[in-house]
Order: sequence, then structure tokens, then C-alpha cells
Amino acid sequence: MVLALRRLIFYVMLALFVVFAVFPVIWMVITVFKRNVDLYNPNNNPFIYNLPPTLGHLEFLFTSTSYPTFLWNSAFIGVIVVIITLLLSVPAAYSLSRLVGRWGERSGIAIFFVYLIPPTLLFIPLYQIVSLLKVANTVWSLILVYPTITVPFCTWLLLGFFKSVPREFEEAALIDGCSRFSAFLRVALPLALPGIATCIVFAFALSLSDYIYAAVFVSSTASRTVSAGVPTSLIRGDIYYWQSLMAAAVIVTIPLAVAYGLLFDRLVKGFQSDPGAGEKSAA
Amino acid sequence: MKHVQSEIAHAGVSLADRKGVLGTLMLAPALAYIAALVAVPFFLAIGLSVSDATVGDPAIHHFVGLRNFVRVIHESAFHFGLRNSMIVTFATLILILVLATAESELLARDFRGKRLVQILLILPWAMPVSLAAVGWLWLLDSEFSPVDWLLRTAHLLGPGTLFGPANHLYYYGREWVGIGAIIAINVWRLLPFATIIVLAGRTSIPRDIFEQAEIDGAGFFRTLFHITLPALLPILTVAAMFTALLVFGDMTIAALTTRGGPGYTTQVLPYWAYLKGIEGGALSEGAAIALFLFPVLLVGAILALRFAYRTESA
Amino acid sequence: MATLELRGIKKRFGDFYAVDGVDLMIAEGEFLAILGPSGCGKTTLMRMIAGLEPPSAGEVLIGGVPVTHLPPRARNVSMVFQSYALYPHMSVAENIAFPLKARGVPKAERDTKVQWVVGLMGIEGLVKRKPGRLSGGEKQKVALARSLVRDPSLFIFDEPLSSLDAQVRAMARGELRQLHDRTGVTTVYVTHDQLEALGMGDRVAIMNRGQVRQLGTPQELYDDPADTFVAAFLGSPPMNLIERDNRIIGFRPEYLQPRVDGSLAQGALVFKVRIMQLEFLGSEWLIYGVLEDGGGENKLLAKVDQLVASKLRSGESRDFVVERSYLRLFDKTTGLRIAPSAAKLTQ
Repeated sequence: MVLALRRLIFYVMLALFVVFAVFPVIWMVITVFKRNVDLYNPNNNPFIYNLPPTLGHLEFLFTSTSYPTFLWNSAFIGVIVVIITLLLSVPAAYSLSRLVGRWGERSGIAIFFVYLIPPTLLFIPLYQIVSLLKVANTVWSLILVYPTITVPFCTWLLLGFFKSVPREFEEAALIDGCSRFSAFLRVALPLALPGIATCIVFAFALSLSDYIYAAVFVSSTASRTVSAGVPTSLIRGDIYYWQSLMAAAVIVTIPLAVAYGLLFDRLVKGFQSDPGAGEKSAA
Repeated sequence: MKHVQSEIAHAGVSLADRKGVLGTLMLAPALAYIAALVAVPFFLAIGLSVSDATVGDPAIHHFVGLRNFVRVIHESAFHFGLRNSMIVTFATLILILVLATAESELLARDFRGKRLVQILLILPWAMPVSLAAVGWLWLLDSEFSPVDWLLRTAHLLGPGTLFGPANHLYYYGREWVGIGAIIAINVWRLLPFATIIVLAGRTSIPRDIFEQAEIDGAGFFRTLFHITLPALLPILTVAAMFTALLVFGDMTIAALTTRGGPGYTTQVLPYWAYLKGIEGGALSEGAAIALFLFPVLLVGAILALRFAYRTESA
Repeated sequence: MATLELRGIKKRFGDFYAVDGVDLMIAEGEFLAILGPSGCGKTTLMRMIAGLEPPSAGEVLIGGVPVTHLPPRARNVSMVFQSYALYPHMSVAENIAFPLKARGVPKAERDTKVQWVVGLMGIEGLVKRKPGRLSGGEKQKVALARSLVRDPSLFIFDEPLSSLDAQVRAMARGELRQLHDRTGVTTVYVTHDQLEALGMGDRVAIMNRGQVRQLGTPQELYDDPADTFVAAFLGSPPMNLIERDNRIIGFRPEYLQPRVDGSLAQGALVFKVRIMQLEFLGSEWLIYGVLEDGGGENKLLAKVDQLVASKLRSGESRDFVVERSYLRLFDKTTGLRIAPSAAKLTQ
């Protein structure tokens, strides 16, 4: 009896949290397909389609706004930033986990901390640097700066990952005749592939999500990203095209949420100082 | 024996063998990049704040001492900014710590559909901040908010009801409701992040301890307060500090929802720094304002390193 | 095939000396077991021989050539890890070929060698599988194959049987020793299991707290322990150690027998023992007793056969005898062995 009550409370609590997380997004999705007449009538129940749903606003988004340009810019920037991030983070994380002694191994939290340095602290001098290098107002300014966000995060993630790969495989490789670098390349790296895949997802997502640099460094619509372009360029004056706006936001969010969600456990592991500890618990 | 000697003499020690050297080489590119694009700007920010640089003349020519700091402190926008940054951060922190602990208790257990739940729960964090702000802008729209509609339907809003005579709550146009809205948005978007951190700590607690408590007859709340929470203290500190940094340093939400208004009453420090420095052109003053973020950063750094050191040696 | 020599090897971690001065000389083709409890430093020592860990002091010489600061790949050493460390992302064949590939051996030669060693170990049916789908015994064979394939100067085994089931272990012990005899490669075998060490080693080095307490043949270690640690570590159950006359007297349980009527041999020691418990071991019985004179503090163990045991009862007091030649004397403070001629025993 008590057990059944406990379970009920458990599921109720869970449901509350899920509703809290998802309610705004559901509202956004509903909005996308609402006709203007339906939506802008304050007496209508906002949650149902009092008039049949329409794809018109989606169409509008893709045909009459710069949204496709934003998507393209974000994708372009994302891919290049991912490449840069991998080139910097993978060797750095490996080095910290294996090659530079105990302080290296423990630097995980410290590295994550660099990720947390607010862009709002650095954006003014970075703006100057970017102007100096004459890449202001182009996508390259963002490509240059985004690794400051992705590299700390991905190095931290990969560090946790390399730490959880048993050292013995690399030691066996050393004895079998590899140099340290060769052992890294032939044994550690292949075993770290899942971690690298996670990195790719997050590096892309992080570069997609930034607003501050994207808004400050780039002002011309043609070079804007989704994050900066949607709030600024889909709104003309005081008229908000809400349905298209919501569509613009949701289209990008859903894949991100799925990706993040599937990597949920990996993220939790990244915050554990002993990567093997996770298996011990759960009541 | 000869065979052994030639075998051993043949293979030498190359660069790729030397742990320390290789380690430094592999770490160097990332370190150099961070030094160039994080450390350098940081010191530049300090330099800017004690100069008279503007967007028109951005070079750091003259040293003007603490003049910028004095100037910005006297503006009312700054007062509001500082006050609100602290209120928003503190309130968000308290709410998130409680909620994240609760949520991690739920997620520490296995249940059907957990994957889907994980995707749904992480959604607020996965959504880019600016897009979340736009979504909430619409959710709490002054005319068409569904929240208002729900309140009206429940007879909590409208003439003669609890929440006031008006039919709408004008979330982003009023001081305290606006601050409340900003807090709500921050809690909403950062809860998944904090939960993940707390969950990391929660799942590190060995199962045996809970089983022992169960055998000893401890109920849910006793276990929670006497076993779980004390064990979670270090990770809660990390979660608190990281969350505080993300909230304190964020300008996007204020920029896209209340715009700091009405007047300056919902202003926050980072947004004010942006308005002053970029839109207003007074780079040096903007930098000075932004530097007020630094103390929070410093406290955070110290706590982070201490935590890292303590957990690793545990 | 080569000799292995360790001179004054030390390894320090902060203030703690994991290995505190080890000198060893292992002959070509010899099978040396390094035995000791966990934490004694045997693993650290082994890693220094392999080149995975640099010594804080001392030298390592393989085949007379100093290799102390050379990386593992320069030492021509093969190692079998406790967990076998088979590369999970490669097939069995690729695992075995890896050491050859890492050294740039051309494909044709590689294939020949792999084939040869696969035949030697009898694992033809496993070559395409990945390590994840192998049993413990199969993994061990693959690990052995991988270490044999390149004709090393020295073999190192790190507790290779500890992940096997007890039944398989005895069999595997014999097979490993046979393999050694066939290939004749100098072998260092690290273990905490005395059965393995005593059963397989040409010589055994017992370690405790970073030092080698004794080096000798299994028989020497068992019959002539150099100190109380060795005496108590070897033998199951361990040697009885009693304080008497300001010295420690040791004798193995199998030599402590109930007194038989008739004259006592010269110099034999007699103990009045109260029997607490009789334990059936299968081939023998274990007698748990307490020394009557000594306030009931001193516990004794005797190993007797079925016939003798049948005449004993729990709770009774009996005389037990140890013959003089089976007595070992140790210094009370240092625990070191005292030569019998220097001792005079009184009852």
C-alpha cells in the first residue's frame, strides 16, 4: 500500500518537472500552426485550434525571411568550429589525462571553469580584437572566437572520457612496440571514439547557441546566425510575426534537445571525478 | 646475447616517447589559443577600463585611473543593474538548488521511458538562450499570454480577483514582475544543467549506504536530510557556483525581454555593460561595468579549484 | 633470451618507498617468481623492469645492456597483463599481429609469424573474433600468443591466472610452465599466490614492504625461511611461531605430531596442548590447539593424517612433539633467522 503511494508520488513529481520543462515549448509548437485570426483573439482558448491549423507561417519563414540564410551560416560556422575544436581539444585532453602527471588528471573542473567565464566580460575587448583583425561583421569573427567556448567544454568532456579508458591498453601498446604518440593514435583514439562523437555534438550545439558574440560582432543580416538573427531580424519594428518566430526557434531546438538528451548520461559522467562511480548507485 | 644487444641498441628514445615533452606539445595548441583569446582579452578588459577608449577611438592611449569606475557607479542604471543582478542570481540559485536536488532524486532511479524523459527535461538547456528568450517573450506576452488566459479562466486574474483588476499581467513592463519573469526564465533554462551536476554527485554515493539506511529503518525524509544532502554538499557547491556564473553573466534574457525597462528598473549588469560599451560607444566604461563580474568569477574559481582538489584526493 | 639484472632499484612516491633497494640477478631462461602480499612493491618492481615506470634510483640491465631509462619498446620485453589488455577494437588476429605491425615488420613475415604462434597456442578457431567474445581461458591464450609472436628477450607475467576460475587455474599453471620450458624465454612471474610461485618458479623472490626478504628455490624458501615474514607467508596453514627463551621458535604444522609412546628423540620439543577444534581437510586433519603453559595465549596448529586424528578428541589435553631438525629459530626483535648451531634450546 505504502509502496503504491510512493510510486504515485514519484510519477506525479516526475510529471510536474516534465510539464515545467516542456510547457513553454509545447505552447511554442501550438503557436506555429495557428491562424492569425485565431491566435490574436484574446477570448479564444489558446491551446486548441479554434480554426484549422495552417502551414502558412512555416512557409513564410522559409520563403520570405532570412531564416534559411541564418541556418546556413550557423551550419557553416558550426562545422568549422567543430573541426578546430577537435584539433585543439583531443590532444589537450589526452595530454592532461596521461602525460602531465596528477595535476593534469585533476584539472577537469578547472577547465570547465574556463568555459564558464562570461562572454559578457570578454566581449568588448574581443570586439576590438576582431575589428583589428578585420573580420568583424563576417562569419569568420565567430569562427575565430567560438572555440573559446567549445574548447574548454570539450576538453573537459574528453578528459573525463580518457580517464575512464583503462591505462593498460596503452601500456600494452607501449610494450608491444609503440611510442607514446603511436599508442595514443592506434589505441587510445579508437577507444575514445564515442567521446569524440559527443564532442562533435556539443561543439556544434554550443556554437549554435551563443547570442552575445553573434549579436555584437555581426550586424549585417546576411552573415547572421540563427541565434542572433531570429530575435532581431525576424521582427520588423513592433510587429512580431509570432508564429514564424516560434517555428524558427523550435526547428532548431528539437534536434538539439534530442542530441543532448541522448547524451544525458555521458554529461553526468563528465562531472564525476571517478568515472567508474556512476555504476555504484541508484536506489 | 649479441642478438639482444643489437635489438636494444637499435631502438632509441625519440621525442614521441618522452612523456613530458609529448604532453606539453599536445597541450600547447589549446593552451596557446585560450591564452590568446581568453587571457589576453581579459587583461585588455582591465586595460580598457582604466583608459578612455571609445568605439570611435578604440586604442588604449591614456591611462585615466579609476575615473571610469567612479563615473559608472554613480549612474542609477548601475545601481539597478547591480541590485537586480544580485537578486536574480540569488533567487535563481535558491530555487534551482532545491529543484535540482529533487529532480536528481527522481532521475537517480530507473523507470520506463527514462530516455524520453531525459530528452524532455534537458530541452530547456538545449534551447539556445536567445530563442528561449523569444519563446518566453511570447509566453508572457502582454496581450496574448496563455498563462494569463489560464489565470483568467481560473478566475485568478481580472476585475475583482487575486492578481489585480487588469486582465493582463504585463510581465515585461513592470519592475518586480519583470524581475520575477527573468528569474523564472533563468530557473527554467538552467535547471537541467544543475540537475545533471547534482545527479553526478548523487550517483556517486554508493548504493550500499542507502541499503544500509533502509535496513536501519530510515524513511524517505530522514535518508534525504541525514544521508543524501550531507553527501551532496560538495557537488551542490559546484552546481551553485556554476549556475551563479551563468546567471550573473547573462545579458541575453534581459536584452530580449524587458530591455532593462521600465526605465532602468529591470536592468542587469552585463546588459548595461553592452548598452554603454557597444551601443553607447563608451568602450572603456562598458569594460569597467563588465569587470564587476570579475569578483563573482574569482570566488567561483577558488571554490572550483578547492572542490576539485578535495574530491580527487578523497 | 637474456639475463635480467636489477641493481639497487628504488621507487619513491613522495615520502613513501614502494620499492626500497632490490638487487636481483636472473639467469638466461630462468623462471623467476616474485611473490608477496598486496602492497609489497612487486607490481611496481615489475613495471620498472618493463619500462612503464622509471626507477628513482638503481639500474636495470637486460642481457647486460643498461635499459634503465629506455622506453618499453626499446627493451624487447613482452608482458601479459592481469586483465590481458587485449585491444577491444581489434580482432584476435589483429591483436596478435599488433607488436609486429608496431615494429614495421612486413606483411608476409607478419602473417607467417602469426600463423605459427596461433598454431602453437591452438587458437585457430578464434582469429576473427573480438576480445569481447572470448572466455577467460581463451583471452589468456590470445594474450600469450601476442607476447610470443615477436621473440622477446624477457617475459613478464602480471598475476595472469587471477582472473581465471579456480578449476581452470591449476590446469593453466601447468600449461604456462610447459610453454616456458618449450620456448626457454627468461620469465619474471609476479603473483600473490604462493601455490603458483612455489609450483612454477625455478627460484622465488619473496617481497615485503619494498624489499626482497629472500631469494631461493621453492624448497629453500619453504624449509629454510630467512625470517619470520617468509616463514609465516609460506605454507598453508602458515608456520607456528612461538616465543620462548627470548627467541621465536618456528615449526610447520605437519611436523607437530601427538606424542607417541616410546623414547623421545634428542633435542625434540614437547608441548602440552589443549585441543580446541579438529577440522577435516580431505586428505588430512587440521588440529587447532592452545598451549597450556603460557596462559592460553599461544595458539598452535598441527596437521595430521586420518589415523592419528581419529585418536584425538576436542577438549582434551595432549602432548605434542616436534623433532629438533624441524625447528627454526628467529631473533625476537628483528625476526631474522638464527643459525641452529648458535642456539641452545631448553625446554
